[in-house]
Amino acid sequence: MTTAVQVRKSTRKPWTPSQIILTLLGVAVSAVFVAPIAAALFTSLKSEAEAAEIPPHWLPKVWTAQAWKALWETGNITNWFINSLVVSVCVTSVVLTVSALAGYGFARTEFRGKGVLMGIVMSGLMISPAVLGVPLFTTVQQMGMVDTYWGMILPQCAPAAMVYILYKFFQGVPRELEEAAFIDGAGRWRVFFTIVVPLARPSLAAVGIFTFIASWNNFLWPYMVTNNPDLMTMPNGIATVMNSYGIQWAQLMAGGLMAGLPLIIVFVFFQRQIVAGVAHTGLAGQ
Amino acid sequence: MTTSAHMTTGAVAAPARARTATAVATVRRKQGFQHGGWFVAPFLALFVLFVIWPLLRGVYLSFTDANISGDAANFVGLDNYREALHDSAMWDALGHSAYFTLLVVPCITVLAFLLAMLAHHIERGKWLWRLCFFVPFLLPSTVAANMFQWLFTQGIGLINETFGLDTPWLTDKSYAMLAIVIETLWWTVGFSFLLYLAALQGIPDHLYEAAKLDGANAWHRMVHITLPMLRNITGLVIALQILASLQLFDQAVVMMDFGPGPEVSTRSFVQYTLEQGFTSYRVGYASAMSIIFFVIIAVVALARMWLLRNREESGR
Repeated sequence: MTTAVQVRKSTRKPWTPSQIILTLLGVAVSAVFVAPIAAALFTSLKSEAEAAEIPPHWLPKVWTAQAWKALWETGNITNWFINSLVVSVCVTSVVLTVSALAGYGFARTEFRGKGVLMGIVMSGLMISPAVLGVPLFTTVQQMGMVDTYWGMILPQCAPAAMVYILYKFFQGVPRELEEAAFIDGAGRWRVFFTIVVPLARPSLAAVGIFTFIASWNNFLWPYMVTNNPDLMTMPNGIATVMNSYGIQWAQLMAGGLMAGLPLIIVFVFFQRQIVAGVAHTGLAGQ
Repeated sequence: MTTSAHMTTGAVAAPARARTATAVATVRRKQGFQHGGWFVAPFLALFVLFVIWPLLRGVYLSFTDANISGDAANFVGLDNYREALHDSAMWDALGHSAYFTLLVVPCITVLAFLLAMLAHHIERGKWLWRLCFFVPFLLPSTVAANMFQWLFTQGIGLINETFGLDTPWLTDKSYAMLAIVIETLWWTVGFSFLLYLAALQGIPDHLYEAAKLDGANAWHRMVHITLPMLRNITGLVIALQILASLQLFDQAVVMMDFGPGPEVSTRSFVQYTLEQGFTSYRVGYASAMSIIFFVIIAVVALARMWLLRNREESGR
């Protein structure tokens, strides 16, 4: 719907004065938003000496990839990148699976104590590692999962918000679709996997995208639960290890971009789905 | 919570459709009863282990003098809570988080709305505006914070250089929190911007056309159509931002090199709690503060639900 409208508009609409002013304003504001990232990119292409020069300047006088090369050679960053990938992929898969099942269970099946359980899960919306950090850490410590992948992954896998979003979606699926399958003798599980899940693909994509972004960028929990530099994720490694011994700005900016670029590239390619996903996950909270 | 319970009963009690044969209903009820619990079980297992259990454990620990090593702890009753109420450092930390929230929430709401209006009304290159305004949100918090730490650093920072200033952003008490607020605006406004943009696109065109026929000018159309239609989303943006801002941690610690900021002016509540737990090893005391924080967050969340319910009722 939107694409059709946009295409028609962009080919036919004339450049009215108000459009010219708005577009110029848009360019100016966009410049402000992009400037810090551009500055980081330029700085990553300076030598360390030039990056710390006073007064600073935007563009490198001598362009060099030395900071990027040094980053690769120290080795840690590739480790962190893989750790980030493993943690985010695992968290996203587990969250998608358990929250789709739970959302459907709460929306469409009956069992004893459902109302009470739903209430308890909703109260989980208020709890995060920021709120319950220390008790959560001692719990994970008791389970012997400090400094392990499990310790980083599992506590991120119980987001009540995602269950709530899918619960709202499953409530909107017409019951007739399921009932027709029941008459044909299909069981709950078959109905769920062959009819309900395919219908829910856009919602599942939204939940998956949002979970992946949140997990890739998560700092607080991995920071609390890992001390071993080999096990750190990108945000954690950059913030703790790279900041700890005399900051090297060119390398730090290169590392930051390496942590940020994968999501930015994905965003450029899947913009429509991601925008719909963020809007969808956010709006479901209404 | 009440609303969700309400919705559940509503869905169950929905009048059976005429087409549904009784047999189908029986099958459904039986199948549902057998399997319903299994659908929810995997999530509940994780939820109990990593949300409910830590919460209960936190309540228990808050009544003890437990330390980080997990040695046997003594029961100390309400001592931790009593100490917290008299701990001026805790009140300062809570004050910093509240002050940050007070600055960030109105700014982000207004800025997100203005950006959405801008992106919605420019007819060309919509994807480009969306990309530019949203892209900072895709960066990890620590990366965004590092960028601004560097931009704000006196001497080598480009912000002072570009605007011809010599402001000690990160080292002076009166600017430090402001620097964190500016970083946060840049980093997170994109999310609220997308929510507003989606809401703007959801307003039916015929409302504007009807208003135009009635001779309403652009200003009237905004005040009488756009703003009322965005009331729900504004409530959501404000609520989400309050809850997120109160939990300030990442940006503040990274921009201040994991310290408390100049003259302890940016130490947030979360940071102070973690310091008590992991630096001073006072797990019991830190747990008491976690529980206090949980209560604060719960009050905010419940206040929002209560407001929503009231509005729904008065709307009827």
